Amino acid sequence: MRVELRNLSKRWGNVVGVDNISLEVKDGEFVAFLGPSGCGKTTTLLMIAGIYKPTSGEILFDGRVVNHVPPKDRNIGMVFQSYALYPHMTVFDNIAYPLKLQKLPKEEIRERVQRVADMMGIGHLLDRKPGQLSGGQQQRVALGRALVKNPKLLLFDEPLSNLDARLRLTMRGEIKRRQMELGITSIYVTHDQVEAMTMADRIAVIKDGKLQAYDTPEELYERPRTLFIASFIGNPPMNLIRGVEVVRENGTYWTQCPAFRVPVPPERGEKVAGQGEIIMGIRPEDITLAAEEDGQGVVGEVYVVEPLGRDDLISVQLLGDVYVHFLADPHLKLRPGMKITMHFDTSKVQFFDPESERSLLWG
Amino acid sequence: MEAVVQEQAMEMVARRRSWRVSLEAFSFMSPAMVLVTLFFFIPVVLLLWISLTNLSSNTFGNPLCVGGMRDFCESLGIRVGRVEFVGVSNYRRLFADRFFPKILGNTLFYVFTTLIFFNVGLALILALLTTHIERRTGFLFRAIWLLPRITPSVIYIMMWKRISADAPYGILNQFLVPLGFEPKAWLKEAPWLFVIITNGFVGASFGMLIFSSAIESIPRDYIMAAKVDGASTLQIIRTIIIPLIKWPLLFVTTYQTLSLLASFEYILLLTNGGPGLYRTEVWSLTAYHRALQTYFGNNQWGYGAAWGFVLVVIGIIFSLIYLRVFRFDELVQEPKIDAL
Ligand SMILES: Nc1ncnc2c1ncn2[C@@H]1O[C@H](COP(=O)(O)OP(=O)(O)OP(=O)(O)O)[C@@H](O)[C@H]1O
Ligand SMILES: [Mg+2]
Repeated sequence: MRVELRNLSKRWGNVVGVDNISLEVKDGEFVAFLGPSGCGKTTTLLMIAGIYKPTSGEILFDGRVVNHVPPKDRNIGMVFQSYALYPHMTVFDNIAYPLKLQKLPKEEIRERVQRVADMMGIGHLLDRKPGQLSGGQQQRVALGRALVKNPKLLLFDEPLSNLDARLRLTMRGEIKRRQMELGITSIYVTHDQVEAMTMADRIAVIKDGKLQAYDTPEELYERPRTLFIASFIGNPPMNLIRGVEVVRENGTYWTQCPAFRVPVPPERGEKVAGQGEIIMGIRPEDITLAAEEDGQGVVGEVYVVEPLGRDDLISVQLLGDVYVHFLADPHLKLRPGMKITMHFDTSKVQFFDPESERSLLWG
Repeated sequence: MEAVVQEQAMEMVARRRSWRVSLEAFSFMSPAMVLVTLFFFIPVVLLLWISLTNLSSNTFGNPLCVGGMRDFCESLGIRVGRVEFVGVSNYRRLFADRFFPKILGNTLFYVFTTLIFFNVGLALILALLTTHIERRTGFLFRAIWLLPRITPSVIYIMMWKRISADAPYGILNQFLVPLGFEPKAWLKEAPWLFVIITNGFVGASFGMLIFSSAIESIPRDYIMAAKVDGASTLQIIRTIIIPLIKWPLLFVTTYQTLSLLASFEYILLLTNGGPGLYRTEVWSLTAYHRALQTYFGNNQWGYGAAWGFVLVVIGIIFSLIYLRVFRFDELVQEPKIDAL
């Protein structure tokens, strides 16, 4: 099913939950709503589900305005952050609930519940009450209940945020696989950018109720249009260095500030040269420890070392109280206080206007 | 397996410390036990004692000075009157009373009609309505509904007497006559209707408060999930809300059965058991009439006490039935902390 939001807004008095959001979800697409806490993700989802009435704007399913269609007639499956399993019903009754409401024959209900439960690997738990299940099992029941009625649209509201890291990884893969197998159009709300990046075909980045960007994960990562997107997408987050100038000397573009001076590729450099002090963004993975001093290295002092297992996350203090992060091999045994020289790979460097916070490359 | 072993271990620990624990438990329970003893057990024993005597205005004397105690009491100068121990004869008289079946039937009719239609039924409807409208409006409505409860009984019933009075005074008649209805003495025409309404309007407010707070504490996610799953409002009420407020429902049912069994002041003020002979006379009102208000000025305390004592027994029987049927023991979960 194709979903379209047109100038959708939700206000309570003068509290703005969602502010004029327009976007389209293609049939079979997996879209993530990504944004910090309180930005209006749940509110948008509940409007799509028909539980909240939009203050203004339209919601269209397959080109038909559904603003006044009650939730029960929208054929939606939804998974809640709290799972919202009915505590007084067994797992079987929870999953069977949408089918019972459709008054399907008993035999068919039994069959379909069993099929979905087996698919989710909870076929042996059907007699239990939700209170007797682990978080991961409850999660599967909630997913089963959403899937059992063959919905045209699946809505997920931070379904994995109550699980431990390992289980989150497993369930992430599982949800993605089911969605691809069944081809159900899905909207997935999360504030975890890794989840959004790994699962979604497209990501809608929301901040303060406004749509910041709506694009594929690669686009958002490679060509962030605003400072907010650049800082929000990517883990560890992009290094943002203020007060940087780009100048052209002898046919080469240089980005310079008191702490360093490194060359920039001309495609990027020419767009921002001579614009005065701007913000430079460089991802931690584009910073490496320099093999030898070639005059283009950036010198700094190791400030904090955070072991992440495979890598160490190194925080380096540059001249003028500028800090940058990068990932280093733990075998290098970097320690706080060590003087190091880094190499900035500027082929993917970003530049932003400090006033408008828009990208100077893709804005 | 593991659970069983753990349980056994816990039992052993519990037994070893049981003496200390039960002492502790008793010390915690003692204030409640003192109150229950003072205000329930002692009065019930006195009630039973009086019901076994012929204490009345005619025989007036200290009911403890019967049988072998008479001479001793007299020597102390206590008034002994003609009180005598009469065994179960008051009870025999009670069950042989011509109006006993009528009064029992009245009581059951009054208690269960008021309970089902008002104290639980209307209370539930009010709770559902006031929790489904805007919060502040709902709160205001519930506050207004509480007013009769804090109005003195006499004033409240006087209002209803005016409403139901015969033409040309009755407020009801003043509305109905212009619409082409015959004026009627409503209270005499339909005494039960007014007895049940006056009690029910006040009685419903208790359940309304309990149910609406129970409904408001149901997580909104359940309701949202049910809507998305395809449930209509009525289906949500039937399949989600009612099962989730099961315990408050059972509690209110039990509590209100008992308080209706014992209540009589509105009936006393409104119809005084009439019109005619025993038309709206209920059990507790009978006990009151026998003991404290008779046509001949003879207060038969002993006989009235017998009615009162049987009512206590009926109340206990109802409590036991409710306890069993509703499985209240499941409500009280095993504490999750170990014995100290
Ligand atoms: N019923 C309501 N009445 C008034 N304000 C509300 C209501 N529901 C949400 N809001 C406000 O709307 C904004 C968006 O809330 P929403 O629940 O959509 O955030 P969210 O993006 O889902 O956040 P989170 O990641 O924490 O779940 C918040 O500022 C919130 O306080
Ligand atoms: Mg939310």
